[in-house]
Amino acid sequence: MQLICGANGGNMDRRKFILGSTSALTGGLLLPGIVSSAVAQDLPAGAVASGILDALPGKRPLIKRSFRPPNYETPVSYFREAFTPNDAFYVRWHTGVPDIALADWRLHIAGPGVKSEREFTHDSLRRKFKTVEVAAVNQCSGNRRGLFNPHVAGVQWGFGAMGNAVWGGVRLKDVLEDAGVTASALEVVGNGADAPTLTGPDFVKSLPMWKALDPDTLIAFEMNGEPLPKWNGAPARLVAPGWTATYWIKALVDLTVTDKPFDGFWMKTAYRVPKGMFGASGFESQDTEQNSPITAIKLNSLVVDPAPGAVLERGRRIEVLGIAWDGGSGIRNVEVSLDGGKTWRDAKLQRDLGRYSWRQWRYAIKPEGAGAMTLMARAHARDGSTQTDTLVHNPAGYHHNVVQKVDYHVA
Amino acid sequence: MSHKDAVRNAITSVVLSASIATAAADETSIRLTEGPGLTQVQASCSMCHSLDYILMNSPFQDKAAWEKTVNKMVKVMGAPMTADDVTAVVAYLDSHYGKVAPTAP
Ligand code: HEC
Repeated sequence: MQLICGANGGNMDRRKFILGSTSALTGGLLLPGIVSSAVAQDLPAGAVASGILDALPGKRPLIKRSFRPPNYETPVSYFREAFTPNDAFYVRWHTGVPDIALADWRLHIAGPGVKSEREFTHDSLRRKFKTVEVAAVNQCSGNRRGLFNPHVAGVQWGFGAMGNAVWGGVRLKDVLEDAGVTASALEVVGNGADAPTLTGPDFVKSLPMWKALDPDTLIAFEMNGEPLPKWNGAPARLVAPGWTATYWIKALVDLTVTDKPFDGFWMKTAYRVPKGMFGASGFESQDTEQNSPITAIKLNSLVVDPAPGAVLERGRRIEVLGIAWDGGSGIRNVEVSLDGGKTWRDAKLQRDLGRYSWRQWRYAIKPEGAGAMTLMARAHARDGSTQTDTLVHNPAGYHHNVVQKVDYHVA
Repeated sequence: MSHKDAVRNAITSVVLSASIATAAADETSIRLTEGPGLTQVQASCSMCHSLDYILMNSPFQDKAAWEKTVNKMVKVMGAPMTADDVTAVVAYLDSHYGKVAPTAP
């Protein structure tokens, strides 16, 4: 089956897409286990102790990082599915979670970068603009922060501050063009209905015009064919495929097209990486002498099954399942090493679900000798990038994409 | 009042507090170690988020790092704390959730 997604946005038949994906083939998932011992070794002890499994209303038990605001991580076992179930999808808020009825929801568009102001309801948006779908990984900038050595302050995420979904909505481009983009337009500033508890900075983020006008950038209402859960940004959120989730503003209510760089705290001070450490940001109006905003997701991969620490039966052939993803160039190949990185062999890539989706891979092993066994996995992207062997440490704990070493026990 | 404020006041305030109340039932399970300064920590550090922000960020911050965190909460996030509160809270965090000295080999 031909899937059209990525470069030119959605236009795909959702029914085909979802039914055709492996998610439909996966029967009952095992109950999510305790955070794997491998992660527990690397996370701060306090994060392990307070990282209990807890279910928010409408969600399955996820790994609780904080109760309020709710920050909940998806157990890695859910990544066996090509698309992450909505009720297992991770949750990340900086402040309280708005709960807006669809009928009351308004989207307001204004600013010096548009010719005329606009206000839309859900109905008027959907009536006026074409609905499209894009499959894309949504990954928190701070995913794997908890694995940093030395540790850095922040929400201490393990591997699960991410998920893969089919996002459905209207193109941001179509909506902006309806309001008329002026020649001076520089950034599109997105604001959600969430608000700081006291006087702290409101969570507001901007996108450069090129990214805002990318046909894959959406105002999404749906996730995997269902309305967005409130925990994941209902009624509408921005979807900026390939970029970390900090830009995917949830409970979106305001878009301001500016002619100056937006200088709110969460743009100017937070979500920054040292200049040049991870290449060009692609967001020049936000670059400073010292640092750049974190933008595109870095190439990464993850072993999903068997879980680290699993006991494997000697002489029995099994398939290791993993995933690999990047900021949108797509996965070229994934290699696996069983001898500590001396030799590498290609894993079998599974179906391509679009360049912003993660790509599942499989690799058959037949453990022979009893005792400890280590598997390493490393992805290569179509843009020529690969994963790092040693952590590129940075103050806020972003872009952890160190080649994973997974320990098993053969018996 | 901005459009954003209007939306916030009209729609979110009621429901927002409701959803926080639901979560708050669970955050009462968080127990911080007894000790001088705990009262100030509970009062100052649970206004905007649950106290697991402290737990998960331990034990790897030394006194200077905790001081930096608390100052950030005051200066950037707007935590209403007196200088005495800050001193007491930093001392508490350092002694109970501070960096553990590496054990001798
Ligand atoms: C006025 C609101 C407010 C108060 C009061 C407050 N915080 Fe925070 N704190 C925040 C916000 C907002 C964040 C960022 C939350 C996020 O990104 O998930 C944060 C984050 C943190 C973090 C994570 C590291 C970081 O720098 O982002 C720690 C640790 C923390 N707070 C500790 C404290 C302590 C200790 C106190 C009491 C002295 C405190 N907070 C009081 C608003 C507050």
